[in-house]
Amino acid sequence: MLEFSQQIINGLTLGSIYALIAIGYTMVYGIIGMINFAHGEIYMISAYIGLITITALTVQFGVENVPLILLFTLAVSILITSAYGWTIERVAYRPLRGSPRLIPLISAIGMSIFLQNYVQIGQGARDLSMQPLISGGWRFGPEDGFQVYLSYMQVLIAVVTVLFMTALTLFIARSRLGRACRACSQDLTMTNLLGIDTNRVISLTFVLGAALAAVAGVLISLYIGKINPFIGFEAGIKAFTAAVLGGIGSIPGAMLGGVILGLAESFASAYLLTEYKDVVAFSLLVLVLLFRPTGLLGKPEIEKV
Amino acid sequence: MSELASRTISTPAVVNRPLLQVWELSMRFGGLLAVDKVTFEVRPRQIFAVIGPNGAGKTTVFNCIGGFYRPTSGSVLLDGHSIQGQPSHRIARLGLVRTFQNVRLFKNMTVVENLLISQHTQLETGFLQGLFKTPKYRRAETKALERAAFWLEKVNLLPVANREAGNLAYGQQRRLEIARCMITQPKLLMLDEPAAGLNPQETRDLDRLINELRAEHNVAVLLIEHDMSLVMGISDQILVMEYGRPIATGVPEQIRTDPRVIKAYLGEE
Amino acid sequence: MKPMPRHLSEAALVALLAGLLTVPILGIQIQVEGINVSLEGEPWPVVLAMVAVFVARLLQVPLKAISSLVHITHRLSLPTHLPKAYFLGLLALAIIAAAIWPFTASRGSVDIATLALIYVMLGLGLNVVVGFAGLLDLGYVAFYAVGAYGYALLSMHFGLSFWECLPLCVIMAAMTGCLLGFPVLRLRGDYLAIVTLGFGEIIRLLLNNLDELTGGPDGIGNIPKPTLFGLEFARRPSIEGGTTFHEFFGLDYSGADTVIFLYLVALVMTLFILYVINRLIRMPVGRAWEALREDEIACRSLGLNPTTIKLSAFGFGASTAGFAGAFFAARQGFINPESFTFIESAIVLAIVVLGGMGSQIGVILAAIALTALPEMARQFAEYRMLIFGLVLVLMMIWRPQGLLPATRPRLELPVREEGSS
Repeated sequence: MLEFSQQIINGLTLGSIYALIAIGYTMVYGIIGMINFAHGEIYMISAYIGLITITALTVQFGVENVPLILLFTLAVSILITSAYGWTIERVAYRPLRGSPRLIPLISAIGMSIFLQNYVQIGQGARDLSMQPLISGGWRFGPEDGFQVYLSYMQVLIAVVTVLFMTALTLFIARSRLGRACRACSQDLTMTNLLGIDTNRVISLTFVLGAALAAVAGVLISLYIGKINPFIGFEAGIKAFTAAVLGGIGSIPGAMLGGVILGLAESFASAYLLTEYKDVVAFSLLVLVLLFRPTGLLGKPEIEKV
Repeated sequence: MSELASRTISTPAVVNRPLLQVWELSMRFGGLLAVDKVTFEVRPRQIFAVIGPNGAGKTTVFNCIGGFYRPTSGSVLLDGHSIQGQPSHRIARLGLVRTFQNVRLFKNMTVVENLLISQHTQLETGFLQGLFKTPKYRRAETKALERAAFWLEKVNLLPVANREAGNLAYGQQRRLEIARCMITQPKLLMLDEPAAGLNPQETRDLDRLINELRAEHNVAVLLIEHDMSLVMGISDQILVMEYGRPIATGVPEQIRTDPRVIKAYLGEE
Repeated sequence: MKPMPRHLSEAALVALLAGLLTVPILGIQIQVEGINVSLEGEPWPVVLAMVAVFVARLLQVPLKAISSLVHITHRLSLPTHLPKAYFLGLLALAIIAAAIWPFTASRGSVDIATLALIYVMLGLGLNVVVGFAGLLDLGYVAFYAVGAYGYALLSMHFGLSFWECLPLCVIMAAMTGCLLGFPVLRLRGDYLAIVTLGFGEIIRLLLNNLDELTGGPDGIGNIPKPTLFGLEFARRPSIEGGTTFHEFFGLDYSGADTVIFLYLVALVMTLFILYVINRLIRMPVGRAWEALREDEIACRSLGLNPTTIKLSAFGFGASTAGFAGAFFAARQGFINPESFTFIESAIVLAIVVLGGMGSQIGVILAAIALTALPEMARQFAEYRMLIFGLVLVLMMIWRPQGLLPATRPRLELPVREEGSS
């Protein structure tokens, strides 16, 4: 039972990260119907930016106030990563608007490979690790038996994730731009005809998605403390799995899918073999697409004859 | 129901048994009942028209019969065998083929290749025969070309055989689509608004072509059409639909004078 | 010249953006020494990137004009209907040249050419799937792995020779392709791409983890090379009583013989694939691939079963990859899961895309360019994948028509054309 709760905790932590990234996939898909394959790299880049900012603050400038470091790092990372999201859309996807589905997908794959190698050239291919900024946690359970460990970092991840998710949900539901976003995901052409600058909305979608991925990237570099240029590929595919699982195009779906995937992986590595946790994630992706491509909360599409 | 069922079960050998039987066919999209309990039958070599105002659910009926949609309820029988729920390509192989309201040709392929594609299921050449260009393979290809030439002649497209289908004039595209169906040797040809966009001369040619297909190739024709003079002149039976429901069935004379039909077309007087 | 300042300020803004983006990645490097982490500034890459973006932005308009010009000349310079005899003559000349060339070239370049030929085979196979059938397969490397591991395992456990294994590998890869393809081919294009990607990763993870069967991350070594009618290319025969190539012909042993022989085997295999593909695209199945890409619903309405048609393309692509995979294992003599990552699938995709989707000559040239050039210019090796990624993006922007149905030879009806229209 205690071990079970430990897996729940680990699963929820991982799931929060997946959910944050998955939202970027789901929003872009919901509006322009493309799989933004390079989204995982955005997350990877933000992990690097996070690491650099933290190092700069702690080592170069000797800042010791942890909340300040955290806030500043998040701000810097969100700013630059959003700029990446915006630029990628402008350079690699906007010229392809309106072409068959596979064309932007191939462009996105190209972008993903490009970014991976660009970071590799800039920062090297090796693993970078850092000292934990926040360490410690709570232990529950008997002194001599299995203890459940809940680290402060895990709590922080959960809190930050919930905060940003709430902010996003409110933004989409209440603000003018949020309304425009929802309109675009219903019918892009119609929204355009109604005089809304859909290009701006699409850019905004990429920026929002990148911002949330930035949060995920900073959190992961604090949590795992180890990054390399290839973490984006795997995390990207897994987050995409989460988005599909929840129903691509649906924001609550992405959150739900992320949590389910996180739990599935954490249980698989605990009760099966650690090596097979990725197999579980990929198999889940294949199975969902085969048997329920609309996911848990998605709407079915009717084929037009 | 009992009448229809008993006929197929007790007297299967009746010469003039229906080719296509549609019974209480319904199709629901979410909250919209697009087709509501449509029942009709088409006999061999019959020309049967479905008419009705736009949005009456005529094309949806076609899509249900052809297996493109899975009907919500009801049954469809071809030659006495249930076909509903079967994939569209299998239904096509059973002898039920169709054209589309907005012409679906393989636009970047040539006219003759469009006709070769539709013979795909009849070409009995194996992979290895094709790989080594055996005489049998060559014969099959030649025969397919000859058959294509025959149908091009029939629909008067022989001179443009090697053009890209997308470059043909609209009327020519419509004729090519019919030829592409006929080359599969169907039992029932479903035409979705075949006269739409044709000029009067082309419409008269179409009228003659449909009659010829029935006379020379023993095909039954189920058509959706808005051109009333064409429908009234050519059809043996007519079904009128409005808001997804059938409101009248009968020979052209009956339909022309049916008050419900007049109301549906002309509105409340 | 009023608009110039606007251009300039725009370009400056874009350059500033490039600076913002590149500073944290290229401009600041994280140095790790033990547990000490420090940062080091590197201004030059950032400045370079900013200048490059500034210039590129200024040149955008003239560049566009040039690229449209290139389009026109491209169309003019490639006559689509070469007379058949002329074409066959050219082909024969090219084959003879390719067969003689290794005897005049250095051992290193023959080796690189062999590698390039493997990619030509992979590219041609994927080209059928992506270019002709329009199915984006991102897990192509899985079938390559099936071929490679298939040969390695069959020769290890059953002592079968390369030539005996080759057809078996093709069959295994084709079967894997059909097995995976059957459930997924009804999916929409982009979902299909992701599912195949998932399959590719699953197969790689299995290779990594099924240690007893595949040797795990260590892979399998000592894979025998192909023989020439039973003659081995080695200093000494591996089996008692065997004969080697140089003994049989009374030559001195030379390592170069092996390299040349492998190249020639690859060449023959490539020509075989080329022949098969060129038959296939003229056969009814090739027509059906194109028709299916154009309009699946129309195909269904005419009785064509989309799944079997897609499966035939998918299975054929898979078997080609298996074919190339078996040769790859034989050439390397050693395989491990590292050779079968997603990146490999992406390289082959880049070859197909750069080759112009559907154009076989294009694929051959692209495979040679993308594999041989980085090998020859080692200093660029680091930038190889960067360039591959860029190629994919730029090709989609400049030549997306590569994705339109491939140019397949048409069967013509001998008729008089109607007068001009």
